[in-house]
Amino acid sequence: MNFLTINHVDHTYFSKQTATPALQNINLSIEKGEFISFLGPSGCGKTTLLSIIAGLFPPTAGTVLLEGQPVLSRDELSIGYMLQQDYLFPWKTIGQNITLGLKLLKHDKEASLSTAMKLLQDVGLPGVEHQYPRELSGGMRQRAALARTLAVDPKILLLDEPFSALDYQTKLKLEDLVSETLKAYGKTAVLVTHDIGESIAMSDRIYLFAAHPGRIHKVFEVPNELRLLTPFQARNHPSYSSLFQTIWKELESLEHSYTA
Amino acid sequence: MNIHTLHNQYKAALVKEKRLVRFYQLLIFIAFFSGWEIASRFKWIDQLIFSSPSKIWSLFLTKISDGTLVNHLSITLAETVLGFIIGTLLGTLLAAILWWSPFLSRVLDPYLVILNAMPKVALGPILIVALGPGFTSIITMGAIISVIITTIVVYTAFKGVDPNYLLVLQTFGANRFQTFKEAVLPASFPTIISTLKVNVGLSWVGVIVGEFLVSSKGLGYLITYGFQVFNFNLVLLSLMIIAVCATVMYQLVELLEKALIKNDR
Repeated sequence: MNFLTINHVDHTYFSKQTATPALQNINLSIEKGEFISFLGPSGCGKTTLLSIIAGLFPPTAGTVLLEGQPVLSRDELSIGYMLQQDYLFPWKTIGQNITLGLKLLKHDKEASLSTAMKLLQDVGLPGVEHQYPRELSGGMRQRAALARTLAVDPKILLLDEPFSALDYQTKLKLEDLVSETLKAYGKTAVLVTHDIGESIAMSDRIYLFAAHPGRIHKVFEVPNELRLLTPFQARNHPSYSSLFQTIWKELESLEHSYTA
Repeated sequence: MNIHTLHNQYKAALVKEKRLVRFYQLLIFIAFFSGWEIASRFKWIDQLIFSSPSKIWSLFLTKISDGTLVNHLSITLAETVLGFIIGTLLGTLLAAILWWSPFLSRVLDPYLVILNAMPKVALGPILIVALGPGFTSIITMGAIISVIITTIVVYTAFKGVDPNYLLVLQTFGANRFQTFKEAVLPASFPTIISTLKVNVGLSWVGVIVGEFLVSSKGLGYLITYGFQVFNFNLVLLSLMIIAVCATVMYQLVELLEKALIKNDR
């Protein structure tokens, strides 16, 4: 059985004047432990699909099943969500931020704190639990946000362009960290991005989206030799450039089809 | 020149500027009161109406020694503080209810606008008849004057909280109460504090007007009494005391602000 299955999902946004189709007939399935990417231009409905997977709102039509159950009706917490910015609460310390999810789930305070300490260690931020977010750099804050997401032990991680607000060097380092951490914890992940290189370096499979309305245009399997490497090493591998070229041409052809 | 001496110079410049500010503040204070005293002594202004600092001071000393001033002041102060606290808490509570139910907030929107535009002190006579001429109706005046504006301002702050913070909580499965407690309320503390600062002034207005109407105790009573017997020393003395007390309350709110908002830069 597939871990996550998306069946015939359509979504339309309504306003007073218009009904805008955002997603059209999306079908895909993800196995446990896979890392997949949604790649595409803005307006292709990537983030909408991610929100639907997260169960934030129901799709206009179609179903999303996680381990055979609809995501909207699940009781237990199964989704971890990371945003473009860290959105750490500035009035809470890093420790309080990381244990926030556990606090809401009414976990034991002592146990939560030791989980937080271990996670901070794992993301390379030992000893900052009493500091406030403003005392940390952008990269450190995004790492703390990763620890906060992992703290509730979600079944699947949804990453909504989590590296796009960072400078290039920090972004490369963080890609490696996220990739290694997710592998170590055996997490399934979906990354939304508009960065071709990032999607190749990080994922096992890439769904290329077309816009107006958002739909899956093509699926690329990342070759095995790249999957085994860290994102940074993958960027230097010969297969990386060839896949980059293939996807680039595909994206170009998509743009031409709009302008034509 | 090394960094250490440069740093010391920088610190010395800061201290110097601070002293200069204090000096001019003190200068204005002294100039105002001595100017007032001199103008009064030389009859440039009408002594009967504008009194003089020395007369106010001697009245202050007599009123302190016979205990009447402390009595009036403590009553007014209690009324103001209670009115202030009730007004702010009730306003914040109403704002929370409006945030809780967007439907209710849409329904009540025009009524809030009307209530806010209406001069609340005009309700004074009705309150006094309804609640009796005393403590309760005056506190109600102090509260009612600030409650609607607090509701409107705080509700706007609640609505303005970055939706991504709410999204983070939603992905953790937080319910509406948890969302309010963990994100909406703490994110709105700066706004709540600034309404507190406004409410300090408003509650004094409400309470003094209330005492004008009831006319039995308090600083507002001293003002109307002084006016009726044409004792403007008494009117100005009461005004000075109100100014001092309002300033102290304002400073206390600022202390609260420092304690509550830990993440200011």
